[in-house]
Amino acid sequence: MALPAYSTDSGPAPAKPPAEILAMPVRRTRLAARAAALGNDLAGVLVPPLVTLGVLLFLWELIATTKPGGLPAPSMIWLESRELILHPFYDRGGVDKGLFWHALTSLQRVAVGFSCAAVVGIALGVLVGSSKVAHRGLDPLFQVLRTVPPLAWLPISLAALHQANPSALFVIFITAIWPVIINTAVGVRNVPQDYRNVGRVLRLSPAGYFFKILLPAATPYIFTGLRIGIGMSWLAIVASEMLLGGVGVGFFIWDQYNASRISDIVVALVWVGLVGFALDRLVGLLGRIVSRGASAG
Amino acid sequence: MGKSYLSIENVGVTFQGRGLGSEVLKGVELQVEKGEFVSIIGHSGCGKSTLLNVVAGLLPVTTGAVILDRVAVESPGPDRAVVFQNHSLLPWLSVYENVRLAVDQVFRGAKSRAERHAWTLHNLQLVQMAHAKDKRPSEISGGMKQRVGIARALAMEPKVLLLDEPFGALDALTRANLQDSVMEIHAKLGNTVMMITHDVDEAVLLSDRIVMMTNGPAATIGQVLTVELPRPRRRLEVDAAPAYVAARRAVVEFLHERAPGVRVAAA
Repeated sequence: MALPAYSTDSGPAPAKPPAEILAMPVRRTRLAARAAALGNDLAGVLVPPLVTLGVLLFLWELIATTKPGGLPAPSMIWLESRELILHPFYDRGGVDKGLFWHALTSLQRVAVGFSCAAVVGIALGVLVGSSKVAHRGLDPLFQVLRTVPPLAWLPISLAALHQANPSALFVIFITAIWPVIINTAVGVRNVPQDYRNVGRVLRLSPAGYFFKILLPAATPYIFTGLRIGIGMSWLAIVASEMLLGGVGVGFFIWDQYNASRISDIVVALVWVGLVGFALDRLVGLLGRIVSRGASAG
Repeated sequence: MGKSYLSIENVGVTFQGRGLGSEVLKGVELQVEKGEFVSIIGHSGCGKSTLLNVVAGLLPVTTGAVILDRVAVESPGPDRAVVFQNHSLLPWLSVYENVRLAVDQVFRGAKSRAERHAWTLHNLQLVQMAHAKDKRPSEISGGMKQRVGIARALAMEPKVLLLDEPFGALDALTRANLQDSVMEIHAKLGNTVMMITHDVDEAVLLSDRIVMMTNGPAATIGQVLTVELPRPRRRLEVDAAPAYVAARRAVVEFLHERAPGVRVAAA
């Protein structure tokens, strides 16, 4: 009974009434233990990447200062691009905006292009996965087209659509669609025979089978495709904006390159990386929520 | 012609592989009466699951026919509900939703929403699984999953209940529990049941008749044994009964003397 009182600082304990001595220290130690455990977990997750980052920055600083004329050192970047780092929300009209606005414009393009790719990709994937004829007819075409790099689509889409913005959207669409199609098709083909048999014994209608069995069973695969797809569409946006101009992260990088402001490019790259990372996690999280339990036996 | 409730007439199944077909079943003849519990026993690979799938309509016959209640079986349907060996519950639906899907599908026009809800719960209670109705299949044990599988099949009010080695993947104690439950349900509802098994004790304890299959290829029925044990049967009392021992001995004798599995293993 007295054990908790001894385990905490026992100085003022004798002065207090006994009931408090029993209740208070127990709660405090338990809370403290939980906080410590949480702190340990957080430290275990955060410390290794922070150490890696610190070491890399240090090496970079070392190399850049001993061999000037190449990449600016991290300290130089901080000096030159301080305003860009600290004020992502400024807007002086035209293309002179903070990085947040560039990233937002790029994200809007990704949202449109990727949504189209998701809808068309899932539909085509279901078709290719469930029909042998469609598979034989379309799969070779897909396998060839999916290896075409995003930038190679740009001149073709410009020639076909004549305008910059639709062309950028098309490039995102065409880049993101292949992993969606292919993974959806695999998911549809891999619906376990047992689930098919359940559908047959229950005499589900084609629509019932599609919504009750095929789609839920393929959902984890579909989200794998969507996750790869959104990563690729983010790759495509930067590339296509470099050539198209206007507002957007890709254009910003190209513009700063022409103005020889390498420090600003480095800052923009960090933004591109972080936004891409966030997109990937977002789709991953969405997939986990939607397909919860679907893969478990 | 088929005067019985379920009539399997001269059924043969040949799988078409590259050029050469492999004959799995040949000339299978079996008559099952309404309310009868029939077990089919044989070594693995003898085609007993194929026979069950033919009755379910999941596989087409090459020769012969299956006739249930004067109608020829041509495709799967809820009047021949199957309890699959590995439960086959849909993992993205809860226990309740798994059964409800079947109830909605079979009774959409015939029962109101409230009636279908009550019928779903009733069947879950029948297999003592109402307490876990909101759990997902991944959250319950193998024996519980199989109970839900049985509830789903019963909820379709099938003319014949097809059990495909339903307890094969369970440990001995869970298995005994489920066997008792199946006996209780069979006594209460009087279902016509066809069960595939490779467990001699299970076959003797549960069945009115045991159908013994010869080894494949071209497997057929070697012998049919009527189990002369009065119902209700209690595991502990039945164990020492002469009729039980005799039936058990006859099945073991068939499996090891007349159709030993060694030949299959050697082939």
